[in-house]
Amino acid sequence: MLYLLFLASCGIAIASAIMAITRLNASHALIYLVITLLSLAVIFFLLGAPFAAALQIVIYAGAIVVLFLFVVMMLNLGRRSVERERQWLLPGIWVIPSILAGALFVILGLALIGAENQAVIDGEMIGPRRVGAALVGPYVLAVELAGVLLLAGLVGAYHLGRRYLDERRER
Amino acid sequence: MMDAAGGIPLEHVIWFAITLFLIGVVGILIRRNVIFILLSLELMMNAAAVVFIAAGAFHCQADGQVMFMFILALAAAEVAVALGLVVQLARRFKTLDIDAASEMTG
Repeated sequence: MLYLLFLASCGIAIASAIMAITRLNASHALIYLVITLLSLAVIFFLLGAPFAAALQIVIYAGAIVVLFLFVVMMLNLGRRSVERERQWLLPGIWVIPSILAGALFVILGLALIGAENQAVIDGEMIGPRRVGAALVGPYVLAVELAGVLLLAGLVGAYHLGRRYLDERRER
Repeated sequence: MMDAAGGIPLEHVIWFAITLFLIGVVGILIRRNVIFILLSLELMMNAAAVVFIAAGAFHCQADGQVMFMFILALAAAEVAVALGLVVQLARRFKTLDIDAASEMTG
């Protein structure tokens, strides 16, 4: 049962990921990305990580994709951009990248088959209590570094956005 | 292929992660629109996250989920800065074509 659910969500994730990278309209692609992220949340839950599944839904599908959608709406991409996208995405353009990706797949797959690993994950739950204990225990320095990284991201985003406001004022 | 009545084989999770990662790689290579390139980057980061979670679940340790949270923080910071750059690109060059920025050669 666990395995069937895993296979189903894998199929949904891969199909919607392929749809996401081939859409012409950016908003449609983002909706497909949300489907991929939600099926990944199901996979995390099946692998015994309920906290990660919840974070995946709340932060990835909730916050990050909404940020993308805000920018897509702000840039006001209309029917014209779909036409331009159709010009950019030429019919045969995916052939060589797919061959390269297939070669990489074969190489990684050979390494994986050579390992002869018969390990099975039985889906034992590792709850938020243990994750929290690890975060403030051995990983506390990394958590502070992540805080510094987020601060740098905040300052960078503010800087890039502020110049945008200044230019509009000058006009 | 394998008796999987009790659970999920680790190998299959890694196959899935490889597939998702390669879809992201192909997406980066075939698209010229910056927004789609960032979207493919998100797919690749998620593939890495799947492997972290699977390894953590296999060893019955919380470390995999801790690493997942760091990936989440990284993705949030990256998206904030990258979307600011997208807005600047759209304003300066009036296009989302990533090749338009190639004139920024040192």
